[in-house]
Amino acid sequence: MQLFPCPFCGPRAENEFHFGGDLGNVRPEGGASVSDATWSAYLHMRRNPKGPAREVWMHLTCGEIFALERDTVTHAVLGSHGFGEGSAS
Amino acid sequence: MTSFRLDGLGRIDRSRPLAFTFDGRKVTGFAGDTVATALLASGVSIVGRSFKYHRARGVWGLGSEEPNAIVDIRGSRIVTNARATLEDAADGLAVRSVNASPNAEHDRGRFIDLFHRFMPSGFYYKTFMLPTWHLYEPGVRAMAGFGRVDPAIGEPGRADQVNAACDLLVVGGGPAGVFAALAAAEAGRSVILCDEGNEFGGSLLHRAATIDGLPGEAAVEAALGRMADLGVTLLTRTTAFGVYDHGLVALSQRGTSGIDRLWRVRPKHLILATGAIERPLPFANNDLPGIRSAEAALAHLRRWGIAPGRRIVVATNNGLAHEAASAFVAVGLDVVLVDARDRVTAAKGVRTLAGRRIVAAKGRKAVTEVVLDDGARLPADAVLVSGGFSPTLQLYAQARGKPVWDDRRLAFLPGAPVEGISVVGAAAGHFDLAEVLASTRDALLKLGIAPARRPEIGPPLAAPYEIVDAFPKPGMAGRVWIDLQHDVTAKDVEVAAREAYVSVEHLKRYTTLGMATDQGRTSNLPALALMAAITGRSIPATGTTTYRPPFAPVPLASFAGLRSGPLMNPPRRLVLENQHRAAGAQFREYGGWLRPAWYGDEAEAAAVRREARQARRTAALFDGSPLGKIEVIGPQAAEFLDFVYYNTMSTLKPGRCRYGFVLAESGVVLDDGVLVRIDETRFVVSCSSSHVAAIRGVLEEWRQDRFDRARLFVHDATAAFATLTVSGPLSKRLLVAAGLEVDLDDRALPHMAWSAGRFEGTAMRVTRVSFTGDRSYEITLPVDRAPALWARLVEAGRPLDAVPIGIEALMVLRAEKGYVVVGKDTDGLTLPMDLGMTAPLAKKPGEFIGKRSLLSDEARRPDRKQFVGLEVTDGGPPLAPGAHGVETVAGKKRSLGYVTSSAFSPTLGRPIALGLIERGGARHGETIEVQHLGKIRRARIAAPCAFDPQGGRLDADA
Repeated sequence: MQLFPCPFCGPRAENEFHFGGDLGNVRPEGGASVSDATWSAYLHMRRNPKGPAREVWMHLTCGEIFALERDTVTHAVLGSHGFGEGSAS
Repeated sequence: MTSFRLDGLGRIDRSRPLAFTFDGRKVTGFAGDTVATALLASGVSIVGRSFKYHRARGVWGLGSEEPNAIVDIRGSRIVTNARATLEDAADGLAVRSVNASPNAEHDRGRFIDLFHRFMPSGFYYKTFMLPTWHLYEPGVRAMAGFGRVDPAIGEPGRADQVNAACDLLVVGGGPAGVFAALAAAEAGRSVILCDEGNEFGGSLLHRAATIDGLPGEAAVEAALGRMADLGVTLLTRTTAFGVYDHGLVALSQRGTSGIDRLWRVRPKHLILATGAIERPLPFANNDLPGIRSAEAALAHLRRWGIAPGRRIVVATNNGLAHEAASAFVAVGLDVVLVDARDRVTAAKGVRTLAGRRIVAAKGRKAVTEVVLDDGARLPADAVLVSGGFSPTLQLYAQARGKPVWDDRRLAFLPGAPVEGISVVGAAAGHFDLAEVLASTRDALLKLGIAPARRPEIGPPLAAPYEIVDAFPKPGMAGRVWIDLQHDVTAKDVEVAAREAYVSVEHLKRYTTLGMATDQGRTSNLPALALMAAITGRSIPATGTTTYRPPFAPVPLASFAGLRSGPLMNPPRRLVLENQHRAAGAQFREYGGWLRPAWYGDEAEAAAVRREARQARRTAALFDGSPLGKIEVIGPQAAEFLDFVYYNTMSTLKPGRCRYGFVLAESGVVLDDGVLVRIDETRFVVSCSSSHVAAIRGVLEEWRQDRFDRARLFVHDATAAFATLTVSGPLSKRLLVAAGLEVDLDDRALPHMAWSAGRFEGTAMRVTRVSFTGDRSYEITLPVDRAPALWARLVEAGRPLDAVPIGIEALMVLRAEKGYVVVGKDTDGLTLPMDLGMTAPLAKKPGEFIGKRSLLSDEARRPDRKQFVGLEVTDGGPPLAPGAHGVETVAGKKRSLGYVTSSAFSPTLGRPIALGLIERGGARHGETIEVQHLGKIRRARIAAPCAFDPQGGRLDADA
């Protein structure tokens, strides 16, 4: 049972969280001009790093999405931070 | 009769005798005995029959490493496959041996051992194969195994679960653990100390030692007294079984009064003082009853006053077993010490044979004699063996520690330190008491705890360890047992090597050694050493298998805690549940909610038909409270909802509602529902009851990721409001009769609009939206007013013959109208165009979730499965949901899609169905074959809406 640090609520059990994909997987804009390959990569491809990973998670209890950096091998949590104006940190 | 109790020795309480039965025979003992020690004291030699060959087996060890004395116990707890060495003896227990019938002494299955040559490891890959293994399997399985689960038991019994945090968790209550915990507590830390046995003290309870002038036992008692005063949590009968992520340690506490307890502990630091386990010695027939661990026998003597026999042979490859030999000489028993080492300092008064090893034991149901390597024969009714000690490192390894081979101590020791964990005492390879306490002191200093004073240890009494190699070697004669619990011999390891299963992982799985409930505690290293010798590798090069939790068996009830029966997966309950029960509702779980499926005592089919028929004749009352009510608020709300929905929503006027889809980014329909616009900056997303959490997640995700969170807010108000639905041609009359304060005029409140109203002073919203296809009103108001409103509606409906309807009837009504249920009529690939909704893709200008996916080749394939109605043309019953539409092409049958919803329509007097069929939209009128469980039927593809396609009934007002 890992402990993740929600920037708003503090360290909480992992089952209070929902994984939201890689950090930096920006939605391609441009409608029809976005190629199949680009859109498909956005939908389906993950970096899956062995080691430090930067991910987006949502803390379901408070609804806050945030960035979490953690090590996929050791499960060590390296840090977390919220996004933008009006976010927790 | 070999083992017996000596007078005046041991820590048992002779003033409290007890009696229990073993295999139906009465056994006596005293308070403080374990089941195993009581059996030994009563001279019970055979405590079980082995897993495969049904060989007679006796007690081997001291604690959880015990491979032979596995028993089923019925007392205040029912435990299957318990270790008799850990379970307290108690008055009135019924203890049974395992894998033996009628009892361990006279097991019917013992003849199997005569055929052992045909049943080596892996025999089932080579024999019992023709005509099919399944012919033999039930018989083979019946003959092998351990305990018996009694199907009559029923509920497994509850267990407690406790979460705890502390500064220091100390696992293991021997000298290292006890004095570590004491020092930490004296330094002001919060401490939990646990031990798997029923007493703290470990080796200090059976090995002579002096600490600060006190005998070891007394020093332990004094330490425990101090710790109790300092508030240390002292847990006996508690096994730490797993180290998990981020420092979570799980403990399983065996309850003394029938209720076990699972502890989830987050210590700031973990000290592993888990000790070391004695290994057996390899020789032919080394599994005979009467052959046991020398350390265990010493403990049996000092803690429980038990002598293992009268003519004792102690065989060893190290100095630690000498104390056992001396101890038995001191109580007047006949002892010969056989030491494999050439230069041995013999203990006083002990007849010692140096440089010798046992090569075989003789005896039928118990050992009677041993044969040495020089041919000498020694009579023996007890053989106490010590092959050296293996530090117990499972928890360290679970925490990703890497044990490292030590050539001097011939064992794996802890390697590089793991953050947050210290390994001390025998677990770190220290077998001398002074070294043990020094290692504890060092570990504590690293934590900033400087013990006030160094305890003074009396002169070392134990002979130095100085172990020599006595691991099994290739080519040993006779049946040399390696894994007692799974009946694996040295020859089986040799077979595995011959068949190229030389990797330690293959060896384990091919021979099954190390896979029993003792997880190879006494067998892993000897097996590894033998494989290393066979393959000419070093032991560290051969490697070890991976240790995973649990370290020892944990009852399933402990993991369940209170989560069984109705608490297993508790559904959410309606505020009106009592009212529904009073009206005779039959409940089922839908989307995580407990809801009325139908009302009344009739059989389901009849009740559903009656409700559906009546709903279209007069009026129906339905509790739709689980329907989502997620408020979207703020200046950016309209723009936001245009992005979230497939449909254009910003053009929706205040006071109106619109049906729409929310897609996933893959274009797949995630949910459908109605969006209500309250005013310029306020909307209510009325999503499906089962999708509320998911839709709220989607809304929050995009709100935070793409919009201005200061100008847009999402609030899930689903649980705060009830939604009561009144539907049918008499619905308006019912509401008028109910006397609610709301303007029900159709000009003020047309279909797909809402009006504000009041019920006894409480604000309510009345929305005209329909899931039945008839005129329908949904009344939304705070939950605490729902019972009163429901009562008012029921009352108003009585003269009109209105009827409450459950989910099943509602589902029939909506199916008659072809209204889609996402997740039932759609699957993980269904796009909005497949459901017939194409306009937004063509006309909506801006971005929305999933838009790009709708432009892909896949989305534009002409042969996509499309949502259709299916009419039964053979006069038969309703089609089976999941039945496939089929066609035969070039002699091969292929699926065209499948039936998604099916019911008998009381309104139409015939079966109706909905489905997803290839090119369905262009095939209305065509008849296809529909196959289910091998039977073929015929159905005609039609529009999904089978009743009132013009929709006139939405306004019909009788």
